[in-house]
Amino acid sequence: MTETHTLTATGLRLAYDGRDVVADLTLAVPPGRVTMIVGPNACGKSTLLRGLARLLAPAAGVVELDGRDIHTLSGRAVATVLGILPQTPTAPEGITAADLVGRGRYPHQGWFRRWTAGDQDAVTEAMRATDTLDLAARPVAELSGGQRQRVWIAMALAQRTDLLLLDEPTTYLDVAHQVEVLDLLLDLNQSTGTTVVVVLHDLNLACRYADHLIAMRDGAILAQGPPGEVVTAEVIERVFGLACRIIPDPLSATPMVVPVGRHRMEHMS
Amino acid sequence: MTPRGVVGAVRRRARLVALVLALVVAGAFLLALSVGTAFVSVPDVLSTLAGQGSDDTNYIVLDRRLPRALTAVGVGIGFGLSGAILQSLLGNPLASPDVIGISAGAGTGAVVAIVVFGLSGPGVAGAALAGALGTALAMYLLAWRDGVTGYRLVLVGIGLAAILLSVTSYLMTRSQVTSAQSALVWLTGSLNNSAWAKLTPLAVALAVLAPLTVAGSRALDLIGFGDDTASGLGVPVRRARFGLLLCAVALAGTATAAAGPIAFVALLAAPIGRRLAGGGGPALLASALVGAAIVVLADVAAQHTPGLPQVPVGVLTGAIGAPYLLVLLARTNRGGHGG
Repeated sequence: MTETHTLTATGLRLAYDGRDVVADLTLAVPPGRVTMIVGPNACGKSTLLRGLARLLAPAAGVVELDGRDIHTLSGRAVATVLGILPQTPTAPEGITAADLVGRGRYPHQGWFRRWTAGDQDAVTEAMRATDTLDLAARPVAELSGGQRQRVWIAMALAQRTDLLLLDEPTTYLDVAHQVEVLDLLLDLNQSTGTTVVVVLHDLNLACRYADHLIAMRDGAILAQGPPGEVVTAEVIERVFGLACRIIPDPLSATPMVVPVGRHRMEHMS
Repeated sequence: MTPRGVVGAVRRRARLVALVLALVVAGAFLLALSVGTAFVSVPDVLSTLAGQGSDDTNYIVLDRRLPRALTAVGVGIGFGLSGAILQSLLGNPLASPDVIGISAGAGTGAVVAIVVFGLSGPGVAGAALAGALGTALAMYLLAWRDGVTGYRLVLVGIGLAAILLSVTSYLMTRSQVTSAQSALVWLTGSLNNSAWAKLTPLAVALAVLAPLTVAGSRALDLIGFGDDTASGLGVPVRRARFGLLLCAVALAGTATAAAGPIAFVALLAAPIGRRLAGGGGPALLASALVGAAIVVLADVAAQHTPGLPQVPVGVLTGAIGAPYLLVLLARTNRGGHGG
């Protein structure tokens, strides 16, 4: 994984049933960095990720992988460079964790070249990185939410792509597992230079873990850049419609968003 | 266990299951050639198959029983594969050609041919195949909304099956007694009229469709993980789904054309095959072999169970399959995924 791949969107319009979800969006994913996309529900962040991953054809504009329209490339060619972990994926009944992770090797296998030592190594390595080796023989259906999510991430890792896109990989996880998953993604980014793009719900975790933060609302990017520069009370107000204060995270000094609600404001000056 | 050990164990188990099932089918096949009004011992069956039989055994085994047994195997493979493809593709254990209207469409086609046009033989088979394909096309178009999802396709299919069954019933009430009777036997699913001439189209269809299915089996496996996951791994989901659907319908259609809609073979074979093979894949080979074993054994039982009258094989598979369908319906609804 030495070469750096680029992923860009230009004038991108994405629509479901003729209704625009993302309109005229232009974006260059910073190579080799961790990018996180945040925004309120239904702001189009998951749709954008699907568009970037070739899962959704644009109504207008273009997504380019290494300067070539991603829809002119074969699915398999894209899948060797770009991995996507969709939101809440489904596993067939009775499958074991190791078998699930093994499916990530599909883009690297041809008609006759099926299962090789290289595939084995990739699977073992991915399961070691996600701390799921002990779960290898367990049926996925019997795993806890956190274990299952780590197994799915292992499948995406086994794909060994230079670009990895994840749609809310921490949904349904408790806070300890959320941190664990994000630590894992940062490890991956730092050890292999993998470009990581994550749609994330938790604003404070996004601020802590992102190199590059993208804030979306109504299908458009309102602000992007390093979290320390992007996240201000005004931006959060505009993106989420939430009054808040920004204080530095006591551990990372990254911005921390403290919401202003209507109750328990005793200390408010 | 290491991932390597797990993946290896799954593969070894699938191979072992396939081997055992192949032996079961071979045993059932020999049984079907051996029992009947005139019993032929297994060594005699084997020597007759090897071309060293007497005139008697040549007639009984080669002319009478072999086409029937081969048809049973072929029909079982067709239904088993079709059920396995549809259930994996649509992610629903109810998605089998006999539940979602493919068999009903074939039945309506055949009854139209028998009752309205007075056809028999290849004409009926052709009409059945056309009925299956027509139904599938209607189902696909009705369920299409920016792509086709499994759940909608199953519901549309169940609705179509109900319509087609009422059309068939109507045609039966308007028909002459003789043609109604031959239509009824056909609709029950029977191997009584098996003959070498009817075996050829079935064999040709299987020889074309089985390799196509194998070619699509990896895509089928990955579609089981959801469209986005499969797409993300490089599977051309829409094209693969359409091709596999076509294979499944053609398999069910040709099997139905050869022996009528033998009830519930497709519904039963695939879950048994998947359960035996394990590993979470579509288990195509295991399902095909289970289908073959079910049809051959059920036909032997339907013909030669002492103390029972001879019945068409479809009566027996229906009696086994109906309770399973009920259990399935009760269970899927309790699980909350509908059905």
